[in-house]
Amino acid sequence: MTPSSPALRRHERREQMLVLALLSPALAVVAALLVVPLAWLAVQSVTSDGAFTLEHYRRFLTEDIYWRSFLLTFRIALTVTVLAVLLGYPVAYAAATLPRRWSVVVLGLVILPFWTSVLVRAYAWMVLLQRRGLVNGMLQGLGLTDQPIALINNEFGTVLATLHILLPFMVLPLYATMQRIPRDLMLAGASLGGGPLHVFLRVFLPLSMPGVVAGTVLVFVLALGFYITPELLGGGRTFMVSMLVSRNVEIYNQWGAASAIGVVLLVCVAALFWLASRVVPLERIMGAR
Amino acid sequence: MTSSLAPRLALGTVVALVLLFLVLPILIVVPMSFSNARFLTFPPPGYSLRWYEAFFGNPAWMQAARVSLGVAAATAIGATLIGTAAAYALSMSGSRLARSLTVILLLPLVVPIVITAIGVFFVFAKTGLLATLPGLVLANVMLATPYVVTSVLAGLRGFDPAQEMVARSLGMNRLRAFLSVTLPQIRPSVVSGALFAFISALDETVVAIFIAGGQNQTLTKRMFTSLRDEIDPTIAAISSLLTAASLMVVVLASLSARKSSTNP
Repeated sequence: MTPSSPALRRHERREQMLVLALLSPALAVVAALLVVPLAWLAVQSVTSDGAFTLEHYRRFLTEDIYWRSFLLTFRIALTVTVLAVLLGYPVAYAAATLPRRWSVVVLGLVILPFWTSVLVRAYAWMVLLQRRGLVNGMLQGLGLTDQPIALINNEFGTVLATLHILLPFMVLPLYATMQRIPRDLMLAGASLGGGPLHVFLRVFLPLSMPGVVAGTVLVFVLALGFYITPELLGGGRTFMVSMLVSRNVEIYNQWGAASAIGVVLLVCVAALFWLASRVVPLERIMGAR
Repeated sequence: MTSSLAPRLALGTVVALVLLFLVLPILIVVPMSFSNARFLTFPPPGYSLRWYEAFFGNPAWMQAARVSLGVAAATAIGATLIGTAAAYALSMSGSRLARSLTVILLLPLVVPIVITAIGVFFVFAKTGLLATLPGLVLANVMLATPYVVTSVLAGLRGFDPAQEMVARSLGMNRLRAFLSVTLPQIRPSVVSGALFAFISALDETVVAIFIAGGQNQTLTKRMFTSLRDEIDPTIAAISSLLTAASLMVVVLASLSARKSSTNP
């Protein structure tokens, strides 16, 4: 729309000012507490005593713990994401195709954990998986093992608790996408002689892919930054990137090192979002659409 | 669609198992919180309120609970005000710029939380906001605003802006038109945005670990610190209370949504 008269142009400008004024408080908070500190971290990562240096990044090549930690983090994130797709897809499918009465129940059982504290859920898994916990009790009761198995203080406990926390982040975008798939298309596929499995594989599955992409990126990226579960269920053995960052700040007061790790992690996250945004709009991945 | 029984049965079983996996761990903590034993075994050997007494009778836990509730309430108010204003502005303009600004407002959801935490820690160390209530509220407002923005944006999508224009052409100013025409119709989305901002601040842990301290410890920071040492059953009592709070928020939000769909 091109403004044709001065009055119209003035009106346009007033509207734009109003939009900016209404946006500014929220933008100011996010800018002051997130964007500016991120920029500062980027600067810190290439300075030492006020001079430019790449020393903090060189550690990625020289110190084992750095790349080991990144490798472990990516492996855990990948495991969690694959499991989340496998477990989340059927749940989302059920929520999208069941009659409304049942789909409300399914969604409710996904949303309740979604809004339960991450810390509470990590604690619940600590209680369940400890040596004398319920799971070990059941395994021994069934005669599957004589000795309690180490289920926490290792990678297994970390993956399980992380999966539990992130599974809703897979189900909800999947459900949102599946819900938009017109039922008529399935009927049309069936009327053209396709069996249920055939129709699912050729019609439903491809149309649900944007949801799979959104959920996969979301879960993978969030898992990369997980802190509470490796800290509480990893027993010091699953040293994920977040712990590397926090140790460098809390114990060693090494802001340069912490910043460099943070920047590398952020670049990974941004690259993943950029890749995904070529398939699904960013706002939709982030839940705004 | 007709399909044979076996695949549907298999699907139903898988879905039921996954839902159990999601819900059971949260619910199992509740009976354990009423245990009378020092160790968390299931089922508990006997029942008592001793771990709730340990929580409610401990001044340090109570102080932390007051801080957490106060911060959560203030966060809900702050994030709802600025988030609703932002969502309204974004839906009004619809330009390319608005789309990229939306992404900036949603950044707190996707930046790894530890990085956010050390960033906020740095800003607060420079400005003297470390271990203060205003600092905690500000940080939580930043983290919670995206929930309000997404919720209200969704609400505004179902609203016809022509209605507000009619009100204005009849002589209302913009604010009055918004308050008396638009707001009542998007109220459920504003209410659920506020509720989710509240619960997000109540549950926030990682940023609090870095910036809360002294008199202004939050409940979750204290829980995290004590969990690093041992699996204290008092935490089971607090966890049950927090889960009850989450359940209440989800129920309230869905009630508010349903009310809007039955009488628009």
